[in-house]
Amino acid sequence: MTIEDRLARLIGPAPDGLAEGVALGTGLIEGYDLYPSAVGTVVVTFNPEGVSSLDLAESDFATRFTSRTGKGLIRAEAPSAWRRHLPAAIEAGTPGRVPIDLRRVTPFQESVLRVTTQIPRGEVRPYGWLAKEVHRPGATRAVGSVMARNPIPLMIPCHRVVRSDGHMGNYSLGGPHLKLHLLEHEGADPGRLERLAEGQVRLQGDPATGVFCHPTCHVIRSTSESGRVDFRSTEVAEASGYRPCHICRPV
Amino acid sequence: MDDLNQSLAEDLDHAFPLMVERMGGRLYWGLRRMSGSHQEAEDLTQETLIRAYRALGGYDTGRITSLRLEPWVWTIALNLGRNHLRDRARRPTFVGLMDDAAVSDPDLGETHAWDQRLTGLSRAQRTAVVLRHVVGMGIEEISGITGRPAGTVKADIHRGLNRLRTIMEEEQ
Repeated sequence: MTIEDRLARLIGPAPDGLAEGVALGTGLIEGYDLYPSAVGTVVVTFNPEGVSSLDLAESDFATRFTSRTGKGLIRAEAPSAWRRHLPAAIEAGTPGRVPIDLRRVTPFQESVLRVTTQIPRGEVRPYGWLAKEVHRPGATRAVGSVMARNPIPLMIPCHRVVRSDGHMGNYSLGGPHLKLHLLEHEGADPGRLERLAEGQVRLQGDPATGVFCHPTCHVIRSTSESGRVDFRSTEVAEASGYRPCHICRPV
Repeated sequence: MDDLNQSLAEDLDHAFPLMVERMGGRLYWGLRRMSGSHQEAEDLTQETLIRAYRALGGYDTGRITSLRLEPWVWTIALNLGRNHLRDRARRPTFVGLMDDAAVSDPDLGETHAWDQRLTGLSRAQRTAVVLRHVVGMGIEEISGITGRPAGTVKADIHRGLNRLRTIMEEEQ
């Protein structure tokens, strides 16, 4: 056999995993991996742009993903550039250094979701606050439906968004009991918040500074509970000579 | 032109996996013979096909149907290999079998010997010999891919084959 003949036989089929690797790299299919969280094991899906969704690790998650996105899903490792930051992002309830892919949502939905990531751990904000922050003060209901369809719960902490009357409200990731559990886990004391809502207390002021806040804002929480003044609305607070906190921008 | 070109032009996302299936093996084994390394060849094959997909996404129908796909893909591969333009860290990685064991070797046991032999050639000779005799391309195509004149490509192949013969004689 000539050397040319021998060289011609040096070709073979592609190695296993090549087609999958290319499909993942082009984003034609997405990868998923499982992570622990405060509400149990969750499925995180990702592509080269970042994390695209997060869901409870229930048996039909792949079917739900595919029906929502039209894309296939295979078990994979997240990109090594940010993989190590994922567990911390899930636990902290903020993307942090993990890129998030929001190409499947509208610009309005994206701006609401990005503002949601700014709500600090252990605090909550009403839907009306998000609407105001995205300069659409009348869009409270639209904000509510953005929360209900948040593709990346936990990392985009929609569990920190509550009804405008102060009650905890619903939660897309497995129901309201998980929202309470998460807020408890983060030290937001949902029992206290529900009691305040029952008494129609939506805001609290500090007589020493004349500033009023959302009840979970760290500014008001640094004062003693007994010294705070309760308000039903920003109008009442302002009529009483109080001014809004610059940190939590109460609504 | 080719059916594959036509399919890619009509529905890129649907047809692209066919292109990967058709070219993946040839690309991988060509790059494997050039680099002598499974990891290197696998990385480069993936990166090449991903870049090809992105490029095709920006081409209009006419350009895709008139493209000579395989030489075009090889041009991308050789440029990437030269420039080390990789962004593996930005991609999800398939958690299948990613080591040497997963490679179905066409010439069992001989693969490492050939990796070794081919590293005895200069880069230009190795590229030309592999494209000509492993991948099976014509001189003109190789000249187009490598940017070297056809006469030079022929000389590279000739010298490369002679060098391989010497290496193999020395082995005995």
